[in-house]
Amino acid sequence: MRRSRRDENNRVGYLMVSPYFIFFLLFVGYPLMFSLVLVFHKWNIIGPMKFIGFGNFWQLLHDALFWKSLGNTLIFLTIHIPLQIIIALVIANILNQRIAARGFFRAAFFLPVVVSGVVVTILWQQLYSQETGLFNTLLSRIGLPKAPWLISTRLAMPSIAIMATWKNVGLYIVLFLTGLQSIPLSLYEVADLDGASEVQKFFHVTIPMLNPTMVMVVILSTLGGFSLFIEPYVMTGGGPMNSTLSCVLYIYKQAFYFNHMGYAATLGFTVALIIMIVVIIQRKLVETEIYT
Amino acid sequence: MKKAIFYIILSLVAVAFIYPFVWMTSATLRPEIEISSLSPFSHNFSISNYKAVLEKIPIGRAFLNSLFVSSSITFSVLIFSSIVGYALSRLKFRGRDPIFMVILFTMMIPFQITVIPLYVLMVKFGWTDTYLALIVPGMISAFGILLFRQYFKAIPQAIIDAARIDGCSDLGILFRIVWPNSIPALVTVAIITFMNTWNEVLWPLIVIRKQSIMTMPQMVTLFAVGGQAEQVGAELASAMMLAAPVVIIYCIFQRHFIASMAYTGLKG
Repeated sequence: MRRSRRDENNRVGYLMVSPYFIFFLLFVGYPLMFSLVLVFHKWNIIGPMKFIGFGNFWQLLHDALFWKSLGNTLIFLTIHIPLQIIIALVIANILNQRIAARGFFRAAFFLPVVVSGVVVTILWQQLYSQETGLFNTLLSRIGLPKAPWLISTRLAMPSIAIMATWKNVGLYIVLFLTGLQSIPLSLYEVADLDGASEVQKFFHVTIPMLNPTMVMVVILSTLGGFSLFIEPYVMTGGGPMNSTLSCVLYIYKQAFYFNHMGYAATLGFTVALIIMIVVIIQRKLVETEIYT
Repeated sequence: MKKAIFYIILSLVAVAFIYPFVWMTSATLRPEIEISSLSPFSHNFSISNYKAVLEKIPIGRAFLNSLFVSSSITFSVLIFSSIVGYALSRLKFRGRDPIFMVILFTMMIPFQITVIPLYVLMVKFGWTDTYLALIVPGMISAFGILLFRQYFKAIPQAIIDAARIDGCSDLGILFRIVWPNSIPALVTVAIITFMNTWNEVLWPLIVIRKQSIMTMPQMVTLFAVGGQAEQVGAELASAMMLAAPVVIIYCIFQRHFIASMAYTGLKG
């Protein structure tokens, strides 16, 4: 009797997880395996596949555009992550005080998060526009020269990073706010007894206690940076002079402009590998033990 | 004094977040020559930009496509992810925990590695330019499974036992007992899934070329990139039409949106 119940449980259990495994094999497992085939072949998707050994990886090592796209991602992340954390921390700390209309402010900061990236990109393309954009109109109104936001090779990627911060920071404000509210008040009371100043409390209680949120923010922003696509695709097409070419945009171009399926798969494979390594390193660097 | 500074900072930031949307709304209603104006007011408001969008692209069709695709995926994710989540949290069977670890692991695979082979698979299936390519690969989500498993764990065993004694099957227990007790989890998964699908652009751009199957963000993107819009006002108007449904729903269910996304840390 007991045994049959267990067999029955096994059977129902496997049956109920089977949708995931069928799905997984088809849409994750097979593509993963197939990507390992693709990286060793040259293929234009129409003709036959041609085995070229490590040819794709050799090409990748010498592909200036691939390195450029990685460099652009790095520029994006070095601006985006600190900006994101500082703004989110400041706003979250203010919202954590006794503030009237907190709900309204929170909802306002969160608005760009729910709006499609396409909408935000089209909107900011106009805000950044050289002659008619809101930013340049403001600048010239106060007597400053117009800035070549999306036209200059130096400024284009930072401009996209600023836009991405505006789009996402609301989410991080809410995450930090949740983190702040979970810090036990007793910790601050102990700090008060020790005569700690506001600044000391912030750096020795608040920041260490927010570490799990900090790790999450850094990793999510990093994944966002490596997934950047629609922003450069709509705003700049990767230009000027490839200064906003992102990893995913480059994969997309290789695959769908030039039909280099094997090489695009190799790029995807390598970028995925880099993402995993970067995230592991970030965890090692940012994650700390919490002392309570 | 300190409070006053806080309110000033908050208000300035709130303006920075809201004003661009106000400006955008007004820009879609203004003639092209007034586009660089800082003020959102004008004496020449008209809906000609929206008319231009409706004339140039079948955006109504794209809206229905997006609605169909996003609803199908959301419905399917709720059903299938909750079935798997139920098995992983309420049934004891051999290999359950290793299976859960595998699912956790699959969540961490970056999409960059699978996107090209997945496209090739769609080509082999003959699914490109069909709804199948848009819907089927999104029909179950590891994140949904994770969230349901977590939530279902907290449901008291007693009510499940009671249903079992009454002769309820496991699927019956899930849909008649567990679901009604898990509304917050269902809402969270539904909001996140719907929003992610509604806002997705890269995948539709890859698998759909036929205009009649295009999703709304895809069509708006191509409208802007292809230069078909010709006028900035029309481009912004198409973006406005894409944003409006989400913004309206967000204004009504704002608390649920924020709570859901804060809980999962996922963004749209």
